[in-house]
Amino acid sequence: MKFIDEFRDAELGRALAVEILATVEPGRHYKIMEVCGGHTHAIYKYGVDDLLPPNVELVHGPGCPVCVIPMGRVDDGISLAHQPGVIFTCFGDMLRVPGSSQTLLDAKAQGADVRVVYSPLDALRIAKQHPERQVVFFAIGFETTAPSTALTLRRAKAENVQNFSVICSHVTIVPPLRALLESPDLRLDGFIGPGHVATVIGLAPFQFMPDEYGKPVAISGFEPLDLLQSMLMVLRQIADGRAEVENQYARVVPAQGNPRALEVMDEVFAVRPEFEWRGLGFIPESALALSDDYAEWDAELRFAVPGVRVADPQACQCGEVLKGAIKPWECKVFGTACTPERPIGACMVSPEGACAAYYNYGRFAREREVV
Amino acid sequence: MAELVSEREAKILRIIETARAKRPKFRDAHITMSHGAGGKATTSLIEGLFVPAFASPALDAMADAGALSVDGVDLALTTDSFVVKPLRFPGGSIGELAVNGTVNDLAMAGARPLALTLSLVLEEGLAADTLREEVAAIAATAGEAGVQIVAGDTKVVERGHADGMYICTTGLGRRDPRAVLGPDLLRPGDRILLSGTIGEHGTAIMLARGELGLEADIESDTHSLWPAVDGLLDAAGPGLRCLRDATRGGVASVLNELARASGVAMVVREAAVPVQPAVAGAAEILGIDPMYVANEGKFVAFVAPEHAERALAALREVPGGEQAAEIGEVKTDPPAMVLVETAFGGRRVMDQLVGDPLPRIC
Repeated sequence: MKFIDEFRDAELGRALAVEILATVEPGRHYKIMEVCGGHTHAIYKYGVDDLLPPNVELVHGPGCPVCVIPMGRVDDGISLAHQPGVIFTCFGDMLRVPGSSQTLLDAKAQGADVRVVYSPLDALRIAKQHPERQVVFFAIGFETTAPSTALTLRRAKAENVQNFSVICSHVTIVPPLRALLESPDLRLDGFIGPGHVATVIGLAPFQFMPDEYGKPVAISGFEPLDLLQSMLMVLRQIADGRAEVENQYARVVPAQGNPRALEVMDEVFAVRPEFEWRGLGFIPESALALSDDYAEWDAELRFAVPGVRVADPQACQCGEVLKGAIKPWECKVFGTACTPERPIGACMVSPEGACAAYYNYGRFAREREVV
Repeated sequence: MAELVSEREAKILRIIETARAKRPKFRDAHITMSHGAGGKATTSLIEGLFVPAFASPALDAMADAGALSVDGVDLALTTDSFVVKPLRFPGGSIGELAVNGTVNDLAMAGARPLALTLSLVLEEGLAADTLREEVAAIAATAGEAGVQIVAGDTKVVERGHADGMYICTTGLGRRDPRAVLGPDLLRPGDRILLSGTIGEHGTAIMLARGELGLEADIESDTHSLWPAVDGLLDAAGPGLRCLRDATRGGVASVLNELARASGVAMVVREAAVPVQPAVAGAAEILGIDPMYVANEGKFVAFVAPEHAERALAALREVPGGEQAAEIGEVKTDPPAMVLVETAFGGRRVMDQLVGDPLPRIC
């Protein structure tokens, strides 16, 4: 595929790996966090870490939108899906995320009308096709997906689609990054920054990472060469004693972000005072609710949702995995009680989750000789 | 350049490997769409419920068709239901699938297809012209595949209880004396051949539903595989070890099934797997891996290394098989696992499908 294959060139990958090897100090251990779940997935899918020297360690960050949704919120969604007359729409990844007693897939098997959509606009279309039904969209994701939810709501308002509503669980990337940087048990040397989020919010929101915490950042694309180049950029900053926000993904990310997306988000959303993140706990001003102007389309106001906080399962260490404090395989239940077929924690559900990525794409294969 | 695996990590990985190799239990409270997707949930249903309940030597072999011998005649028997939505799609229709799907299950058992039965479940209100079209499609496809329709049944259910029509076909075939096939015959060093480009059927159905707002010139690959199998048996004879058509769950799922059934390892070279550019593009946009997308006219063949070249040439001679390729090799370790060498130079596990990317594709 043109414009894709170029970024998956194995030879260029090896050349970058050689440069990385030449940049790192042999005796030093480097911990670099890739913030975004899309990066985690690509790293495993292409075996990018196979090309890194052993003293460069990748830590998987909190940027998987499915993984950070707390169980109580999933329960809210399931409860809405079970309401008579409701068509519940969501992205496919959400279907298998465990709530406290079941998943949306189970709810569907019990008769709930749960439909997978690829875009919130599809949910709005379903609402227009079924004016007699209530259509709810489970909106999740970082600033990457929030603009499409916002545009959909703007259209719903303009066309006065009364039977459509949104359970808004959009989150923002900067607060958890700050929480991570404040976390005492975490020692990271640099960050691979989320390219798609930066496409929307631009580079400036990441500036506090070098300015206040002295950490290098490279905003990265999602192809294997993007990732290797970003790692090289971060490692070079470390070698030079610099700490900056560099933009590896300049072919997509403008420095100022996308002003039109930010404008519609500003109109449709209001920042929640706080929001619970799976495994990370409550983080102030880290999520979006619908603004007063859009309260009419807020499913949380339209329906009675339980809104009960559910503690994460005790054995589950998604929080530590999300913080990068432990590796997926260091979790007590990884691979035994918690598998992709029967996930306990959300990190095992989404293909972008660190645990599912590790489980599915493994890493033992390369260290073991295949005979 | 990779760091070594710590003892603890190695232990965890061993536990996962053991769990992967075990016969799965069926523990679910309800049937969900995952149970029909051809992935792990389907395996748990088949191996955890059906096979133990019906224990028979033919079923235990877990082949696409059951092997029987009647008075010295070696037969193969198989059955399949078709619930595809929409009924017609680029490259085919439910009627064509109903013939080819069953014929292909026979072919995968090394059996020449002889006869089919045809059961129709029709929904009240179905347009008679739709039924006529499908009957014509079934007759034409059966003719091409050289099978007779020898018995049938019709049921009609109330509106809303079947989506237009469902079809069930049962197929009888005669096992070819040249064919000695089975996963237990796989040996380290065997080559893995793929009969052509993958992912067309699933992608065509997905696009035909029109829910994705994508358009591409992709047609289902539904066709009879017996001619290709016939050619392979001529070319490789006893060097042909095992065949499996890559329907639901795609190539990744059938390789996993066979790796688990035989206890061998498989290594697939991602770059060698033929995919049409339009399919690769659609998969890229939708974030799915063509290795997990269904086919209705493609299969994997395991061939002894010394026969691989001739076998591949035979596959390429069959119309539609021009892009057949050798995609990998059978190894011994890690047992029951499928690994992929990525085009980028990394290596990873290619596991069975979990969840349900696309229901009702056949």
